[in-house]
Amino acid sequence: MLQIPEAQVIVGDNAPPVAVAPLTKRKVTSTVQEARIRRVFVVSGFFSVIIMGLIVLFLFKEGLGLFSTVSVKDFLFGEFWYPTYDPADFGILPLIAGSMAVTVISSAIAVPLGVGAALYLGEVAGHRTREILKPAVELLASLPSVVLGFVGMVVIAPLMQQWWDIPTGLNILNASMMLAIMAIPTIASISEDALHAVPKDLVEASLALGATRLETLTRVIIPGAISGMGTGVILGMSRAMGETMVVLMVAGGAAQIPTSIFESVRPLPATIAAEMGETPFGSEHYHALFAIGIVLFLLTMGFNLVAAYISRRFHQKGAATL
Amino acid sequence: MVKASAAAQSLEESQGRPSAKPERPIIEVRGLNFYYGDFQALTDINMTVKRNQVTALIGPSGCGKSTFLRLLNRMNELIPGTRVEGELLFEGINLYDPHVDPVDVRRRVGMVFQKPNPFPKTIYNNVAYGPRLHGLKEAKNLDNIVERSLKSAALWDEVKDILHQSALGLSGGQQQRLCIARAIAMSPEVLLMDEPTSALDPIATSRIEELVKELKQSYTVIIVTHNMQQAARVSDDTAFFYMGRLVEMGPTEGIFTKPQKEQTEHYITGRFG
Repeated sequence: MLQIPEAQVIVGDNAPPVAVAPLTKRKVTSTVQEARIRRVFVVSGFFSVIIMGLIVLFLFKEGLGLFSTVSVKDFLFGEFWYPTYDPADFGILPLIAGSMAVTVISSAIAVPLGVGAALYLGEVAGHRTREILKPAVELLASLPSVVLGFVGMVVIAPLMQQWWDIPTGLNILNASMMLAIMAIPTIASISEDALHAVPKDLVEASLALGATRLETLTRVIIPGAISGMGTGVILGMSRAMGETMVVLMVAGGAAQIPTSIFESVRPLPATIAAEMGETPFGSEHYHALFAIGIVLFLLTMGFNLVAAYISRRFHQKGAATL
Repeated sequence: MVKASAAAQSLEESQGRPSAKPERPIIEVRGLNFYYGDFQALTDINMTVKRNQVTALIGPSGCGKSTFLRLLNRMNELIPGTRVEGELLFEGINLYDPHVDPVDVRRRVGMVFQKPNPFPKTIYNNVAYGPRLHGLKEAKNLDNIVERSLKSAALWDEVKDILHQSALGLSGGQQQRLCIARAIAMSPEVLLMDEPTSALDPIATSRIEELVKELKQSYTVIIVTHNMQQAARVSDDTAFFYMGRLVEMGPTEGIFTKPQKEQTEHYITGRFG
């Protein structure tokens, strides 16, 4: 058996015996309390996951019911969305096309502006300008979407109609512009954080080698920030894709496959929002709207997965560690 | 105006013949004051740095030695609110002449930092970074420069088979030698080193010290160090800074055996700092 040496032996043979204070016994109350606190955190940690899981479950339960009467192919690739006709058509291709159209065009507007704003804030603007401008850009994100929808409807739409003499101002371009305004702060803010996170010693290394500021920006700072900037862009696009109110108010609401940016469309979220209130519970139409929800869920999840992939794939390891 | 642009021109001309006048010191500092905002970090510095020698800057933390080093390649002006007075002559030209381009200065006065800071790129691209900025594109020339620089930095044998792997996979000491290779790939005339071994273990430190002694054959080296033994081992001249002033400067042996000033003696015998 292993003998535990006495305290005196440890200190040495000749050392005088040392009075060793005994370790206090762990109190039962503190153990119980710790377990209790731990449980609170576990519950709060899992709460959102559980709720999310339940919602997805509900979504699929209600949505998949449609496919007993309509085939997946007819649903996804059907060109006609006439849910209240008899017999009804549940083809969501025009709705997907509408969503894609506003997402792509709003990105074409928001990405250059958002990235440009990030570069200005991060690399060009002085310290004071940045301190004022960055919160202002982020404030744009807190603008309620219904306000933007209202602006698009009341201000932009009549102007467009007047300028270009088109049948309606509630169209892809108008909706894309409003969505771009919503996506810009996301893109700018995340990209600026990414630029800011590039280690200063790499910037100094580059400048010390005789690189100009622009060369340092294009060869060190942007490559170092590209994963964060990519994430910002994708999240901005995903926001535009899932946004409901703006497209409901401004996109025009016509379920057609668009051929120009001046035509009205009816994106996926707008369809759900507009029709859910008028649908008899449990009807085919009701299930179809939930099925649209599934499609939308998968699309935005896809965007988020792409964002996560980009942020990992292009992630450069930070400053050298020893 | 005419005088200033002539100065800038002669800065360019003197390139390529670094030892045209060996008797002239490569760097001369006259009455230099430096301010961070209202705080005066350096006061009335006068100094000459000899060509192809190692000059060590020593002194307690906050004495201004790193600040002085960073003045020599105009890195301090990246900090807003700084101000320079006096003359800092490099090859006879005032580095702070308004017509001198800081980018040009930094190409001729290279720098190695305290913490190894390789770019998150391949080993090859780290070394080729500077020459590429110069507009060098031809693969063969770049290959030559990369090989020569890595050899000068005593790193070639360790990395010649992994040139196209990330520099971040190297050890701390290797990374620091890579940073030295990256700096000398620009063929600078002066190499500034800001406590280059403070983050390294003793073995890596002694390799860098060996390297510093070899580098002085082709470059003028100015090294900031907290380690007095290191200053004694590697340098020819030593300058002791205290409270933003240059207290004493002279041949290293003299400074360490017969310091003229009391403060110097106190510092090198370890009574403060």
